Amino acid sequence: MSETILSIRDLKVNYGGIEAVKGISFDVPKGDIVTLIGANGAGKSSTLRAIVGLVKPKSGVIAFEGENIAGKDTTNIVSRGITLVPEGRRIFPDLTVYENLRVGAYMRSDDIAPDVNWVYELFPRLKERSWQPGGTLSGGEQQMLAVGRALMSRPKLMMMDEPSLGLAPLIVRDIFSIIKEINKRGVTILLIEQNANMALSTADTGYVLETGRITMSGAGKELLVNEAVKAAYLGT
Amino acid sequence: MKKKSKLELWIAFGAIALIYIAVAVLEQTVDANHIIFTVLKKGAIYSLVAVSMNLLNGFTGLFSLGQAGFMLIGAYTYSIFTMPVEVKMTEQVYKYYASAIHFDTGIFIGLVCAGLAAALFAALIGLPVLRLKSDYLAIATIGFAEIIRAIFQWDVLGPVTNGANVMREYLDLTDVKIPFTDIPFPPTLYVFLAAGVCIALIVLLINSSYGRAFKAIRDDEIAAEAMGINLFKHKEMSFIISSFFAGVSGALLAMYQYTVQAAQFKSAMTYEILLIVVIGGIGSVSGSCIASFLYIAASEWWLRGLDMGKFLGIESASLFRSGFRRFVFSIIIMLIVLFFSKGLMGDKEISFGGLIRRFNRNKPAKTAKGGGIDA
Repeated sequence: MSETILSIRDLKVNYGGIEAVKGISFDVPKGDIVTLIGANGAGKSSTLRAIVGLVKPKSGVIAFEGENIAGKDTTNIVSRGITLVPEGRRIFPDLTVYENLRVGAYMRSDDIAPDVNWVYELFPRLKERSWQPGGTLSGGEQQMLAVGRALMSRPKLMMMDEPSLGLAPLIVRDIFSIIKEINKRGVTILLIEQNANMALSTADTGYVLETGRITMSGAGKELLVNEAVKAAYLGT
Repeated sequence: MKKKSKLELWIAFGAIALIYIAVAVLEQTVDANHIIFTVLKKGAIYSLVAVSMNLLNGFTGLFSLGQAGFMLIGAYTYSIFTMPVEVKMTEQVYKYYASAIHFDTGIFIGLVCAGLAAALFAALIGLPVLRLKSDYLAIATIGFAEIIRAIFQWDVLGPVTNGANVMREYLDLTDVKIPFTDIPFPPTLYVFLAAGVCIALIVLLINSSYGRAFKAIRDDEIAAEAMGINLFKHKEMSFIISSFFAGVSGALLAMYQYTVQAAQFKSAMTYEILLIVVIGGIGSVSGSCIASFLYIAASEWWLRGLDMGKFLGIESASLFRSGFRRFVFSIIIMLIVLFFSKGLMGDKEISFGGLIRRFNRNKPAKTAKGGGIDA
């Protein structure tokens, strides 16, 4: 068993007056790719938002590197090494690509040049468009920028909210191969996806979330062949 | 922001220096009563307050309409601080009240205190108000400015603010001396220097990492928060700094006008400044400056004849009478908004590199990438 970087116990989150997450528990082992899959409204995004502190959880424990961070503010949580690639990318449209990356490194005061170079290495397209406003990029490029921006904080844990949303299948494949590459560099990844096929074949561990509860869990490859998962999420 | 080449930066500095030299020369050669000095002085003061509003509205995305209120605080703080004690003790200004202030300061300290007073009020008001979004923030800040105006005219505060009466006899532009001498400092140049230094500070702030955080908040609050940017702290910072400079510009306005009265700082004044910001381009510092000089020149100088019976050599007392200027001015503004929907400059800045490249368009451009204008 490897070390656990993030451990969630009995997390409950209210969102917009309803209980979106109804007491879930799961672990993210250090260095792994873990995915939460589930339909719309299953509570996936609310879980991520609670972890990074954008919404305050109602109850439960979010232990990051052994310390409970539930209810702490986002600035504090980000400085501990958690970052979120938000749903719908949410890059800063009027800032240039380079400025977007610099904002990603906002919490850091050390030299960011090596990280910029790494991001440009991962996504050569971003280097070409370095002085272009983020809003002029294509959807796929914006997703690359969102991932690159998140990497700029030198995260230990990168959480991604639906990175494949609205992207062409070919670009989705690119993004996932880059996710694997980032993971190889030692960044733990927590991924939530509706594209269960892609997510489960990439992830070491998967959890299935249904209406705020975890109903199934297992190795990514196992879930991929599980009959119930197949019927509900893979459409086969 | 695209990295400017050293040459471009030097050209920009050179151009700014030229403007200052031109102002200095103009002041030595042209009759001091010429209308151009009104335009230059008021234009520079309005440039500063427009840029300070742009910092908030254009760069941080906070739609605030409290500028006149902060200018009022600045103007009054300045006039109260710099009015000589002898004047305060006699009945020259404080006719109906015994002035409660028993000290006076110099011009520089007065200007800084004007900014600090406005900043202090902003810090207090920001606590509740900055939690509001868009329109609600605008309503709350307008309300604040109106309340401030009423409070400053309140009898009970008479010993400090002189009630609703005019403040005068404080140190104005004619009292500025060249340091260590008794020679008067050229007034227009002084306003240009004071406003210029303040605008330069704002530009430095906008290009710093704080400025980037402001712009990130403007572009997408949730994403900015997810990057670890503390939304409230940065909004409060932007609000305080913007108000500081609005306070300084209020003080400069008081210096320029020789007299100041709370009744002058109506919300109409804020709309005037907002108009300048919109015409210049929301998110463009140079746009705000250009628009402010154009606005002041048009309203104080070029269109004056429309009110006085004579315009462009045509004399018509029946057509060109009081109020016609505003009518024509409104049409001009509508045309500008119609044809420059993002303002004269959009969110771009004047870039000399861009101008140079435009002239050299036929030659193979070495640095074609990135264009000439940078955001």
